[in-house]
Amino acid sequence: MGMTMTQKILAKHAGLDHVEAGQLIEADLDLVLGNDITSPVAIHAMENLNDKKVFDKEKIALVMDHFVPNKDIKSAEHVKEVREFACENCITNFYDVGQMGIEHALLPEKGLVVAGDAVIGADSHTCTYGALGAFSTGVGSTDMAAGMATGKAWFKVPSAIKFILTGKPAPFISGKDIILHIIGMIGVDGALYQSMEFVGDGLQYLTMDDRFTIANMAIEAGGKNGIFPVDDKTLEYISEHSDRKPVVYEADPDAEYTSEYTIDLSKLRPTVSFPHLPENTKTVDEAGDVEIDQVVIGSCTNGRLSDLQIAADILKGKKVKKGLRVIVIPATQQVYLDAMEAGYLKTFIEAGAVVSTPTCGPCLGGYMGILASGEKCVSTTNRNFVGRMGATDSEIYLASPAVAAASAITGKITDPANV
Amino acid sequence: MESARGTVHKFGDNVDTDVIIPARYLNSSDPEELAKHCMEDIDKDFVKNVKKGDIIVAEKNFGCGSSREHAPISIKAAGVSCVIAETFARIFYRNSINIGLPIIESKEAAEKIKNGDTVSVDFDSGIITDETTGETFKGQAFPPFMQKLIDAGGLINYVNKEEA
Repeated sequence: MGMTMTQKILAKHAGLDHVEAGQLIEADLDLVLGNDITSPVAIHAMENLNDKKVFDKEKIALVMDHFVPNKDIKSAEHVKEVREFACENCITNFYDVGQMGIEHALLPEKGLVVAGDAVIGADSHTCTYGALGAFSTGVGSTDMAAGMATGKAWFKVPSAIKFILTGKPAPFISGKDIILHIIGMIGVDGALYQSMEFVGDGLQYLTMDDRFTIANMAIEAGGKNGIFPVDDKTLEYISEHSDRKPVVYEADPDAEYTSEYTIDLSKLRPTVSFPHLPENTKTVDEAGDVEIDQVVIGSCTNGRLSDLQIAADILKGKKVKKGLRVIVIPATQQVYLDAMEAGYLKTFIEAGAVVSTPTCGPCLGGYMGILASGEKCVSTTNRNFVGRMGATDSEIYLASPAVAAASAITGKITDPANV
Repeated sequence: MESARGTVHKFGDNVDTDVIIPARYLNSSDPEELAKHCMEDIDKDFVKNVKKGDIIVAEKNFGCGSSREHAPISIKAAGVSCVIAETFARIFYRNSINIGLPIIESKEAAEKIKNGDTVSVDFDSGIITDETTGETFKGQAFPPFMQKLIDAGGLINYVNKEEA
């Protein structure tokens, strides 16, 4: 029986000709990632290893992004600890304030992941790199520690669900609407332990940024990874960002899938996840009058240049609704710089929004936009769990940058076509 | 491997890692500090009520969301001896095995065990006994490789053994 794209990458990295779903394997890793929250725990775990050396100083990425610039003394101590570890071990890819960006936007931009790689990261949204045709998945700090020391990780080979995307999306329909629609359809555990493989003629209409957003949120359906086939857009992106040579894997024609869904992208409407689960989706037409207090545009899901571009196009010459706070967070220093040169930052500031240095900040309720009791926020981030952005009775509505920008003008959840 | 016995704290579907240990406490990686805030955003009295050895029983997709290992660490440090659920989110599942927090999947146990019941778990046989009702359930067995990790006391000890 044939293998899925994910299974082929895993087989290669385990030195096997064939793997099948459910098999336990040990795979070689091309990159091990950690951030300022998960790396300290991994560094402590590494201290208990007999062999405390890192397997390859080039193949570890430590990105200080969640609570930096340091939000308090304890966070500062964590970052200091990681900084010292990076220095002692001569870690090539250590990104501190000034070079850092939100990890899952930064790593592809820096060319650290290419098609065919196997990557683990102590951050659940590590699945983002599936957009590049790589196998990448989130793990915890102990796996990160073992990965940093041995260059290997154990995996249960996942089965896969096939998502056939057809047709051309309408204006304002982005990767975010597609993945929210899918999560609404299959639920937050709909892809539990499985790969989500995206195929179909609709892929030709999806930018790399759309694909990053879709792969990024595979975890919100419980998926182990999300993955896209490699096409000209992927290869062009990789050649622009990396000196490394991509390795292209394709699913076998007789690969087995546990289920298949066909999604006509031309029929999708702007989609919003209502509190308190990403699966609680409604189209913008069904949203009703939801008055909001805050808008966040940013995160590893939607903080890339094209996300800021669409928001700026909508906000250009307009004003943020009085009484609303709008926080825009470019995901990396490069995105920040490009957005500045393109005039997007000026547009945001003139509209009455604030622009922050790159940080995960409000997405996980860290800082830079915490919600008070009863407040509501439209956010381009990835989770709307209870208390995720602040008070346990605050509410998060997940949406695309277009819906977020339109809502910033009106003060309630709004179809971008109507502003 | 030893057994667990304690009072059940029952939860529903999709208990996410943000409610298990909210991100506002992730500026610490000290297990004792994390334990003080375990389950705070889903049950603010959990820490007050939980006793050493108690058992968490939940329904589907326990531990979904973030990869923060702080979640199973806080549960273990709060004194919980075992988590039983119909299913676990995959990163939480890995993390629990890696740090040595006993977890067991059982749909029937998750459905039938009630909050406040006294439950015992025999890890060798995977038998879960609700001593309050007298019912027994069979937890799903771990694949041999994972059982080796568990027997070693987690991934770090396992790696040390493999190298030895």
